[in-house]
Amino acid sequence: MKPAPFEYHAPDSVVDTVGLLAEHADECKVLAGGQSLVPMLALRLTRFEHIVDLNRVDELSGVSRTNGTLRVGAMTRQRAVERDPGVAAAVPLLAAAVPFIGHTQIRNRGTIGGSIAHADPASELPAVALALGAELEIASASATRRVPAAEFFEGTWTTCLADDELLIAVHFPVWEGRCGFAFEEVARRSGDFALAGVATAVEVDAGGIVQRAALGLLGMGGTPLRPPAAEAAIVGRSPNASDLDEIAMLAVSDLDPPDDVHGSSTYRRRIGAHLVRTTLARAIEETHRP
Amino acid sequence: MTEHAISVVVNGEARRRRVEARRTLADFIREDCALTGTHLGCEHGVCGACTVLVDGEAVRSCLMFAVQADGADIVTVEGLGGPEGTLSPVQDAFREEHGLQCGFCTPGFIVTVTQLLRENPDPTDDEIREGISGNLCRCTGYQGIVRAVKRASESGVGR
Repeated sequence: MKPAPFEYHAPDSVVDTVGLLAEHADECKVLAGGQSLVPMLALRLTRFEHIVDLNRVDELSGVSRTNGTLRVGAMTRQRAVERDPGVAAAVPLLAAAVPFIGHTQIRNRGTIGGSIAHADPASELPAVALALGAELEIASASATRRVPAAEFFEGTWTTCLADDELLIAVHFPVWEGRCGFAFEEVARRSGDFALAGVATAVEVDAGGIVQRAALGLLGMGGTPLRPPAAEAAIVGRSPNASDLDEIAMLAVSDLDPPDDVHGSSTYRRRIGAHLVRTTLARAIEETHRP
Repeated sequence: MTEHAISVVVNGEARRRRVEARRTLADFIREDCALTGTHLGCEHGVCGACTVLVDGEAVRSCLMFAVQADGADIVTVEGLGGPEGTLSPVQDAFREEHGLQCGFCTPGFIVTVTQLLRENPDPTDDEIREGISGNLCRCTGYQGIVRAVKRASESGVGR
C-alpha cells in the first residue's frame, strides 16, 4: 500500500512544468489533486519515474468570465468551484455536478482539470464538459492548442493529451437566454462512482419550445457520451410526458454500457433512460421559472 | 532516492524533517511526528480515518505526500482538544452521545465534523449525513455519530 519510489518535481510556473514534461515525457506524470493518482500509485496499479506536482503552479488556479465563457484553471479545487457563486450563475450545470464528486475531503483537494484529464468515464466533470461543448486549453513546451471536449476523450482514462502536454484550463460556454439545467446520478453509496448519470441542458424560446438541448451521459460507455438522436428529438418541441419517455429510450437504445458486479449493462441502460427523463423534466421545468 | 527537506507546523509546533518523496502525509504524521491519533484504515482514500486539517481544510492524509505539505499548517486530532487533555466541543459531544464503538474511525470523524461545523454551524440532518459520508464506521455506529454532530452543533461550536 505504499507507492514505488519516484523523483519529485514541484515547479512554480507553467513554463517550467511543460519543460519538465518535455524532458521526461513518457516516464512522468503530473500530480494535480491526487485523489485518483495517489490511490493508483499506492495500490501500485501504476508507477512513474518522475512525478511533476502542479500544486505550486499558482497560475493554473482561478475562475474568470469573459465573452460568454467561464474559464476555469485546471488546478482550481472542486471545492472552490462549489463555493463560488459566480460559477453557479455562469455555468449552473457545472455547479450542480460538482457536489456529486466523491466527498468533501476529496473535493477539498480534487481539481477541475485533474478530473477531466483523468477521464474516468463514470466521473461527473467529463460529462458536463462534453454536454456543454467545453474547450480544453492545452500547452506543451513547443505549442498551445484548444481542443473541443468532443475530441478530447478517447477511452477509459485516455485522452488526446500527449505525454508532453499539460491541460491548462477548461473553457465552459455560458448559456444565455431562457435555459434550464439538471444533473443526477445513481450510485450505490453517496460519493461512490456512479453506475450512471446524466447532465442535461436545454434552452427554450419565449413560447417554451426547445431551441437547444445537450445531454452528457456518464458511466454508459468507455467515454462520456452524447446521444445525438435524442438531442435532435428534443429540439423544436415542448416535450410532454410521453415525449420524455420516447426521448429517454432513444438516448440509451444504441448504447452498450459496462456490465459488472455493481450493475448489469441492462440495469445501467434503464438507469440512464430514467435519468434522461428526470433531468430533462427538471431542466424544462427550470426554464418556466422567472 | 532523493530526500526533501520540509518544514510544517503540526498542531502549532514547527517541525523540520527530511522525507522521501513517496512518504504520505499520513505516514509522516504517524511515523515522523509520532502522532498516532491519525489512523490508517484503507490507505487509498476510501475510509476517511486519516482525515486531518491542512490549512484549515479536511483532507485525507493518505492521499497527499508529506513533501506537498511543505509550508502548510496541519491540525490532527491531537491538536483539537484543549491543554491538559480537555476535550473539544466536538469530542465532548461524541463522548456524550456515544458516537463511537471501537473508536478506530473516530479521529477521522472528529476532524471532519470540526470542519463541517466551522463551515455550517447549524446543519440539517441531511447535511450532517452528507457531511460525514466520506468517513466509514465499520461498527456502523452512525446513529450515535449523527446525534453527536447534532449535539455539537446545538452547543454552538462553530458559531
